[in-house]
Amino acid sequence: MVKIITNFFKRIFSTIFKSKKEVKLGFYGPPNAGKTSLANRICKDFTGEEIGTVSKIPHETRSVQFKEKVEIDYKGKKMTFKLVDTPGIATKIDYEDFLKFKLKKKDAKKRAKEATQGVVESIKWIEDMDMVVVVLDATQNPYNQVNITIIGNLVARKIPVLIAANKVDLAKADVKKIEAAFPEYDVVGISARFGDNLEEFYESIFKLSKKV
Amino acid sequence: MVKEKRGRNLGRIKGFSIEFLPYSEIRELDSNQRIKKILGIVLGNNILILQGRLSADEETRLIGDTMVMIDHIKNFKGIELAVISGNGNSGIYDQMKYGLANLLTGGDVNAITIIGPATIVKEMKRNPKKIELLLKG
Repeated sequence: MVKIITNFFKRIFSTIFKSKKEVKLGFYGPPNAGKTSLANRICKDFTGEEIGTVSKIPHETRSVQFKEKVEIDYKGKKMTFKLVDTPGIATKIDYEDFLKFKLKKKDAKKRAKEATQGVVESIKWIEDMDMVVVVLDATQNPYNQVNITIIGNLVARKIPVLIAANKVDLAKADVKKIEAAFPEYDVVGISARFGDNLEEFYESIFKLSKKV
Repeated sequence: MVKEKRGRNLGRIKGFSIEFLPYSEIRELDSNQRIKKILGIVLGNNILILQGRLSADEETRLIGDTMVMIDHIKNFKGIELAVISGNGNSGIYDQMKYGLANLLTGGDVNAITIIGPATIVKEMKRNPKKIELLLKG
């Protein structure tokens, strides 16, 4: 009888402890999809601070950056997250691509070197995530192998995935194409830049957190 | 499957070959050996057409190892990679059939993986039904 009561309280305390735990929420995707813009938007909404800088030049985020104890309060529901913004994953990095953005050759080479290391770092962090938002540029072809590989890897590790189809403010954006490419996953069309449809995004985040 | 950007330009591309690798060549290899073999072929300026596909973990490791090689090998700028699976949008019966076939063969032999060095392959355009290779002229 004493054992049953002890186990009962243990379960109660472990449930309370678990619900207060910080959920590690990763932002993954190809370069320039808007991972940092989205992470910034969330951070600003709930902490008033940003997580990192954004740029039109690909591979602006070249090392993993995070913000701890971000309490998202949505429709009376609260959850505390550790937001992990990762460098974009790519299969090729050529410093000459950065020269088009008027970077000096030396800076372009440095950026390329840091970007390759960033991809390796992103990959290493995958296994530490509790749940992941894969941020895709809704104006681009979703059948890029990097997208498929990232999502396949997360699924293999049983990490819950939400797909954010970003840049819906642009005329070329096609959320339906992303939904058709990944029919087994929740896809939310958003504009991280303008904050469009973030209500549905937060709703989906809370829904996804139940799978953690 | 290989699409030239402009008809007359394909003849200008020199110094590479297309290598076909049947799945039986990698079936017995562990993940490290598979990735080493694939990168060895690609670093030799070859476009690899592999019967079957790597696991999601192996694909991710291939990307990671590629990044490390960009840092260490002069003029290597990475890879272009695309996989097309024969059982993409099939029904439950087909999925069971393919699942059994994969179990017997030890891998998804209905898939085709194409990997090429970024110095030769400009882009791989993929949709569920085809892969287009755009080569650098």
